[in-house]
Amino acid sequence: MSTQPDLLYSEEEEALRAAVRDLLADHCDAPGVIARTESDTPHDLEAWKALADGMGLAGLLVPEEHGGQGATHREAAVVLEELGRAVAPVPYLTSAVVATEALLACDAFDLLADLATGRRIGALAVALNVATGGAFKVVRHEGGSLHGELTGVADAAVADVLLVPADDGGLYAVDADAVTVTPQVSLDLTRPVATVTLNGASGRLLGDAEPAVRRALLAGAGLLASEQLGLADWTLTETVRYLKERKQFNRPVGGFQALKHRLAQLWLEVVNLRAAARNAADALATGTDAEVAVAVAQAYAASVAVHAAEEALQLHGGIGMTWEHPVHLYLKRAKADSIAYGTAGAHRAALAELVDLRAP
Amino acid sequence: MTDAAELRSLTQEFLAAHPPATTERLDFLRARFDAGLAWVHYPEGLGGLGAPRSLQAVVDAELEAVGAPDNDSRRNGIGLGMAAPTILKYGTEEQKQRYLRPLWTGEEVWCQLFSEPGAGSDLAALGTRAVREGDGWVVNGQKVWTSGAHNSRWAILIARTDPDAPKHAGITYFLCDMTDPGVEVRPLRQITGEAEFNEVFLTDVRIPDSCRLGAVGDGWRVAQTTLNNERVAIGGMRLPREGGMISPVSKTWRERPELRTHELHQRLLKLWVDAEVARLTGERLRQQLVQGQPGPEGAGMKLGFARLNQEISGLEVELLGEEGLLYEDWTMRRPELVDFVGRDAGYRYLRSKGNSIEGGTSEVLLNIVAERVLGLPAEPRTDKDVAWKDLAR
Repeated sequence: MSTQPDLLYSEEEEALRAAVRDLLADHCDAPGVIARTESDTPHDLEAWKALADGMGLAGLLVPEEHGGQGATHREAAVVLEELGRAVAPVPYLTSAVVATEALLACDAFDLLADLATGRRIGALAVALNVATGGAFKVVRHEGGSLHGELTGVADAAVADVLLVPADDGGLYAVDADAVTVTPQVSLDLTRPVATVTLNGASGRLLGDAEPAVRRALLAGAGLLASEQLGLADWTLTETVRYLKERKQFNRPVGGFQALKHRLAQLWLEVVNLRAAARNAADALATGTDAEVAVAVAQAYAASVAVHAAEEALQLHGGIGMTWEHPVHLYLKRAKADSIAYGTAGAHRAALAELVDLRAP
Repeated sequence: MTDAAELRSLTQEFLAAHPPATTERLDFLRARFDAGLAWVHYPEGLGGLGAPRSLQAVVDAELEAVGAPDNDSRRNGIGLGMAAPTILKYGTEEQKQRYLRPLWTGEEVWCQLFSEPGAGSDLAALGTRAVREGDGWVVNGQKVWTSGAHNSRWAILIARTDPDAPKHAGITYFLCDMTDPGVEVRPLRQITGEAEFNEVFLTDVRIPDSCRLGAVGDGWRVAQTTLNNERVAIGGMRLPREGGMISPVSKTWRERPELRTHELHQRLLKLWVDAEVARLTGERLRQQLVQGQPGPEGAGMKLGFARLNQEISGLEVELLGEEGLLYEDWTMRRPELVDFVGRDAGYRYLRSKGNSIEGGTSEVLLNIVAERVLGLPAEPRTDKDVAWKDLAR
């Protein structure tokens, strides 16, 4: 029995979910998120402050002796499910998971404490599309300072500290004030990417970049599956709700068998994704079987989240095509997520090695 | 009496009193039933101890460790998985005492007389008639897709007892003696070449009223227990990673690199992931059941299982190339067991086509998910208030 992963939610995890959902209902309603995407501040730092400072959720993965909550990936996954359901524009995955894991790998306890309390936001300066174990761009370390340009860095626009890999193999902490961050026009309006330019910035060496980045991207990929689950869960639930209400041909549209079957298929996919995402979170928490569990979850999750968002758009008809309706936020996030931390294909290629089903 | 440690010592005491090495197999199984160690979640006196179902694993592990004989449950899947829970729920005390023990030990194998040529997805439209005569019933009709009828001592049977009532209301549930002279079993050959199924013709079969399960006219409700257990049984087998249909094709891939192509590699990896995710979903469902919070996932398990088996076995035939052109043996046989994975890739490919038909077609199951899980509007029911005898056929 002990070798089986725990795929359920504990009572505490359900309570955490309810609290996060309440908070997001107050802070991240859809019209507000849509309006914000076109402002100078697409990120919702007020919601972030409430999550990080108010609820202490930024420090879930950080041990208590270093200023965190000493919780596990299981709880962080529940937070990400809810953030996905709300397409909340907050740097949780990037700062509280990915940057935090990189700092944990380097024993950078002072920075960990800063990120854990939410006083500062961190971002790993590796392009969002890089898969676990994949090659990533580095900057030049020359004459004691850092030089170069890194693109596709998620949530860099709100980061206070960037974790920058350099060509000497080191990972450096660089203050955001010391670099130029230029937002890129991004497909995903709620998790925009940016270019980070370093012109002789000074940085503090934290440790070896390779193992830190690998660990960070493994956790990022694994917990992304829970965000994707949240996206898929919301789009399915909202579409079912709408199709019970929407009437054409003098009956609810949701009563047509062609649509019922599509929604039932989608429900099956979401049920499967829940098991895969819980398995990945549990494996990261226990450290057992994490590589396979994460690769399986990521090989499966992207198509479900994208399918759910695409079905939601189609089944909402014309209203789904409007800027006013939030379904496009979910579609854009789901599509960007299908690239984030490696495509499904990249994770299948990893599995081919992990489970010995090798290419021709 | 619900504790794992207690069960373990109880099992050890039982083994000490009935050493498997010196006890006849059937005597051992009967004694195990009487000791309440057959299915611990059943009530005391009926093979169980009223313990949580999850603790059965404790007993099984103890017995397995010493190589004790088991009841060869695959030979009586319908009896154990479907007839037994229905008898337990709706049977009289006499019926439970009479049927459950020989069912569990495998002395009496059961089959299921539900589907008919004219009542498949619309099972409630069935036309086999049961007419009251004296202290019993006389049954006439034809049943079909009856797995294992040729090996069975008993059958669970649903028949129409009131043709003037709407279709769901006029059905009654019976336990049918397969040795009755009016029961004729004919093999029904399938696309695999085998006859795993049968047609069963019922001609003036006499069933005493003591073999009626549940009230007259309440058969549809009783049958729901059977059908729900059927879907769990088909889709809910516990597997290790890379168990089931994905196992032989993965093995072939590893052992025969000359067969590999890039296109097949992509499909294999995708299906391997799908199989692993389906396994995890099944595991999650079991964990919910153990905690007593069954989720609606069960309704979906069989849908996923059918699609996966079909796609994986299809891939396997292609992977085999020239060998995929061959088939082991078309000889008409009547197998003892229902087997989805046995024999060769061609057999697996053909047999898995039945997975999306047996136990509820995938199309009907999608309706069930849409209506009962998602709460979408039901299909129009034009037959709801019409007497069965007036339905279109």
